[in-house]
Amino acid sequence: MHNLTPTSALGGVTDTIGTITITENAGVSLASVAARMSGEKKTTQVLKKLLGGVPGPGRSQQHDPEAGFWMGPDQWMIGAPMATHELLADQLKNLLGDAASVTDQTGAWVVFDVTGAAMRDLMELLCAVPIRTMVAGDTQRTVIHHLGCFVIRRNADDHVRILGPRASAGSLHHALVAAAHSVA
Amino acid sequence: MTQSNRLDGGQINRDASLKFTFDGKTYHGHDGDTLASALMANGVRLMGRSFKYHRPRGPLTAGSEEPNALVELRTGGRQEPNTRATTAELYDGLTARSQNKLGSLNFDLLAINDRLSNFLTAGFYYKTFMWPAAFWEKLYEPIIRHAAGLGSLSKQDDPDLYDKGFLHCDLLIIGAGPAGLAAAQTAGRSGAQVILADEDFRMGGRLNSETFAIGDQSGGDWATATVAELATMPNVRLMPRTTVIGSFDHGIFPAVERVSDHVAVPAAGKPRQILWRIYAKQSLLCAGATERPIGFDNNDRPGIMLASAMRSYANRWAVTADRRVAIFTNNDDGHRTAADLHAKGVKIAAVVDIRTDAPTSIDFEVLAGAQVTNTKGRLGLTFAEVQLADGSARTLDVGALGMSGGWNPNVHMTCHQRGRPTWQPDIAAFGPGETLPDGMSIAGSATGAFSTAAALTTGSKAAAAALRNLGFKPKATRQPRTEDMPTNVTPFWYVEGCSRAWLDQQNDVTVKDVKLAHQEGFRSVEHLKRYTTLGMATDQGKTSNMGGLAIMAELAGKAIPEVGTTIFRPPYTPTSMGVLAGRSVGKHFHPTRLTPTHTWAVEQGAVFVEVGNWMRAQWFPQTGETTWRESVDREVLATRNSVGVCDVTTLGKVDVQGADAAIFLNKIYCNGFAKLAVGKVRYGLMLREDGIAMDDGTAARLAEDHFVVTTTTANALPVYRHMEFVRQCLFPDMDVQLISTTEAWAQYAVAGPNSRKLLEKIVDQDMSNEAFPFMACANITVCGGLRARLFRISFSGELAYEIAVPSIYGDALIRKIMEAGAEFDVTPYGTEALGVMRIEKGHAAGNELNGTTSAQNLGMGRMVSKIKDSIGSTLSEREGLNRENDLRQVGIKPVNPADPVPAGGHLMNAVGPVDAAHDQGYATSAAFSPNLGHMIALGFLKDGANRIGERMRLVSPLTDVDTEVEITSAHFIDPEGERLRA
Repeated sequence: MHNLTPTSALGGVTDTIGTITITENAGVSLASVAARMSGEKKTTQVLKKLLGGVPGPGRSQQHDPEAGFWMGPDQWMIGAPMATHELLADQLKNLLGDAASVTDQTGAWVVFDVTGAAMRDLMELLCAVPIRTMVAGDTQRTVIHHLGCFVIRRNADDHVRILGPRASAGSLHHALVAAAHSVA
Repeated sequence: MTQSNRLDGGQINRDASLKFTFDGKTYHGHDGDTLASALMANGVRLMGRSFKYHRPRGPLTAGSEEPNALVELRTGGRQEPNTRATTAELYDGLTARSQNKLGSLNFDLLAINDRLSNFLTAGFYYKTFMWPAAFWEKLYEPIIRHAAGLGSLSKQDDPDLYDKGFLHCDLLIIGAGPAGLAAAQTAGRSGAQVILADEDFRMGGRLNSETFAIGDQSGGDWATATVAELATMPNVRLMPRTTVIGSFDHGIFPAVERVSDHVAVPAAGKPRQILWRIYAKQSLLCAGATERPIGFDNNDRPGIMLASAMRSYANRWAVTADRRVAIFTNNDDGHRTAADLHAKGVKIAAVVDIRTDAPTSIDFEVLAGAQVTNTKGRLGLTFAEVQLADGSARTLDVGALGMSGGWNPNVHMTCHQRGRPTWQPDIAAFGPGETLPDGMSIAGSATGAFSTAAALTTGSKAAAAALRNLGFKPKATRQPRTEDMPTNVTPFWYVEGCSRAWLDQQNDVTVKDVKLAHQEGFRSVEHLKRYTTLGMATDQGKTSNMGGLAIMAELAGKAIPEVGTTIFRPPYTPTSMGVLAGRSVGKHFHPTRLTPTHTWAVEQGAVFVEVGNWMRAQWFPQTGETTWRESVDREVLATRNSVGVCDVTTLGKVDVQGADAAIFLNKIYCNGFAKLAVGKVRYGLMLREDGIAMDDGTAARLAEDHFVVTTTTANALPVYRHMEFVRQCLFPDMDVQLISTTEAWAQYAVAGPNSRKLLEKIVDQDMSNEAFPFMACANITVCGGLRARLFRISFSGELAYEIAVPSIYGDALIRKIMEAGAEFDVTPYGTEALGVMRIEKGHAAGNELNGTTSAQNLGMGRMVSKIKDSIGSTLSEREGLNRENDLRQVGIKPVNPADPVPAGGHLMNAVGPVDAAHDQGYATSAAFSPNLGHMIALGFLKDGANRIGERMRLVSPLTDVDTEVEITSAHFIDPEGERLRA
């Protein structure tokens, strides 16, 4: 067992501004899955078994412990709790074999959970997703503060999860907090 | 100060008294006032000086079309010039100043310009300040700019915040007058997502300015009740104080919401304004109409305004510009103003109507068939001169005069995608054209249907039609009975024989100026506009364009539609730069990217440099070091003598997988990759389609079907984009999957003769040269089991490795490396030392792969494989890229070690002219080499490979450098490569 301690992008920071709570969720392990040619069928079978369904464009499958969302044609991002799935990419590769290419994406992203009554007002200041008509599971690729991000409308009406580039976690966090003050 | 011109009634809250200052003098107004209405209530008509002639001016309008009453609001960093007093919402503590004056507003010294008006006609700049040419920029223009201008800037930073935002709706209704409100009511009840935006702080549009009833309510009360109903609908978003400033492609509308302009200081953290981008499936333009002035001599004195504005001031704000008023009209609407003012107790001296069949009144005198010919009054209107129908003259003793020349539909938004308005003879105005932006419809006065009944009906019907397009089933709303009078307009633009009759009060353009332009040959409307400046500046000619067109038509002997019209461009009203910038200001202008060692590097006192968005450690100063060179020299020597560590996470990393991954890389790179063994790394050069070098890097084969491609930091995104293009568009049949992993892995270069010894303490595997030779790579573990990747590659030329761990362990690993390396005096080095060492080694970087160089130039011509096809390989064989004396990369060193060899300097023959025609090449990268004790440079030299040892001159006239140099190999250090294979 190694003796190195992982650090999240911002140390798991939580901010509460008015009704809004912005939390860095450092407990998510991520891996991308891209079906290979002729591997599409097996990949969707594995994902369906794993997630309970295969998310299509603009959608995520919110499932426990593994969940996932559509990223592109025959391409998904799979997430799971870090505590049990730190080696998620290896675990997926074992299931998928040569049917899909799997890449560890855990360290590539910072994950924010945004909750609160003013969540929709906040999101309207951040990005062009149609937040008021999004339902649970809707997922969109968008741009926040010049950064390519994914926005996932979670099950709770006042909850979105934002995945942004980890190296710019500080800038993205600043944008979220600044917008939260605007709508607080 | 008493509000001497305040009338009864109005939509102001008389219980709330607001104190404000104008030009340092204190006044009081009420909640609901604008700055203009409050000033007028206090008897102030004079609010500014005109642009060119510095003539006294007061408000012409009561809305955003205002050309005259421009003021500076607030002070210090919040000072805002050119703000319309007619739309500035009054608040307690408001500070306003008049602008464009020398001296006081009452005694403006530059009013001398008015006396010189014969010399200052249209085009006088172009005719007058011709000689000497050099004087224009340094003398004439500064003087003119100082004399003829608008407001001033404080030149302080704006302390306020501005946001941007995004909204989505089924139907966007632009304008909340009677048409917009009826539309919103119909749409709201249907359940559709509706946005109703209006630039005013009170919705209702003209209904707030009129006295007639809608059903059994006043128009204003109906508007209030309708807004209240809409506010209860969760699917309707009401956006007062929000100006839709444009109509862009695909149903996208920018809109500026003035969130905090009506308070002294925005609440903490709150924006002053928000620039919304509204995505609307359908849009309905209910922008209303703007009244036209009439041209007659001296029609610009304070107190002379549009008759509809006069009615707005009286009915909405309970204000009159004066207690003695006359009206000059060519239509029935002007009479309505007289009736409303009369009912408020204002004395109507006369209604001057150009029509001989003008309606009569028992309340005031109507002078049918008469015209106002001139006015008097130094700082405001005192007398109006009238020519009666029988030709006799009469003088009216009035302090205010309303002009009603008919109405222009506000069709601006229909033109933002090149739509052209069409002429409507019945209203003598341009209405919306047939080509509208996708999904847009129009209702109310903006269509040219000016009655209130028409506004309600067309608004409701248009909303229903728009929603039916989206599959909704809106229910028809029966509209209450209301005013439905015809306009009865007789076109009349200006009084015959007038000369100093103002058409465009903002730019001081007169009827005479338009005639002069025509006389001088300016026939096109666009030329007229630019020659006279008619219709320019902040009001964009909302009250003036039609008058200019009408005169042009008359002079050309054409009908107005034959002359044509200018079309409108966004923004609809002036928009602050702050709201266009939003939050992207100062240090937040762009996001930053921080490497996994950032926190640690800050602790070490690193000096950072921006590389794209990345913040990279440039060097790590130590106590006692006074210059950056000392730090960099130390880092270089320490690395070459023992071991150094550098964060190279910023280099792009692309994960390439799939059965065809190797074949794919064979296409991407000009050199071969198909046969690269698993566990090996190879340097690769990518060419553009045209054969020029695009980027270089390495590809490591971790498995038969798995490579990791690295790119330069700057090209990480372009290369990934290029690879995706190649995958998706050029070779869609290949089984290849790509994903960026740049940020997923923390990667550090560990370089120097002791690098192996250091890493042996961390890496869980055999590090011997036999087990892990130069250009080896592997998935490994470190520190007892953490997954990692190890590459034996070297940018410095030393025995070196790059080690990568998942980003979340990046901070832990750098600390572990520093701990393990303490016995070797491991030294962190930054991008400067990295640069010095790669120049010493002769490795090309961005300065050499500069978009103009080929593989041949870089000395890598033989890398371009002839036995396979790759992107750019064919065009790299062009004759022009393969000449005998082409540029070749070389090293450059000074003959005298103390001399500089600056990058950017050009190589010239030792003997001969120094000019562009005799240019032999140029230096691309330069550094001081602490190992060699002098400066060195890389560069490109014609036929460079055959000129090693030649003495040349490196000249840089810009920096006054002329150094005798010797051409060398580009490999200053370890040319045989023994160190990196050690």
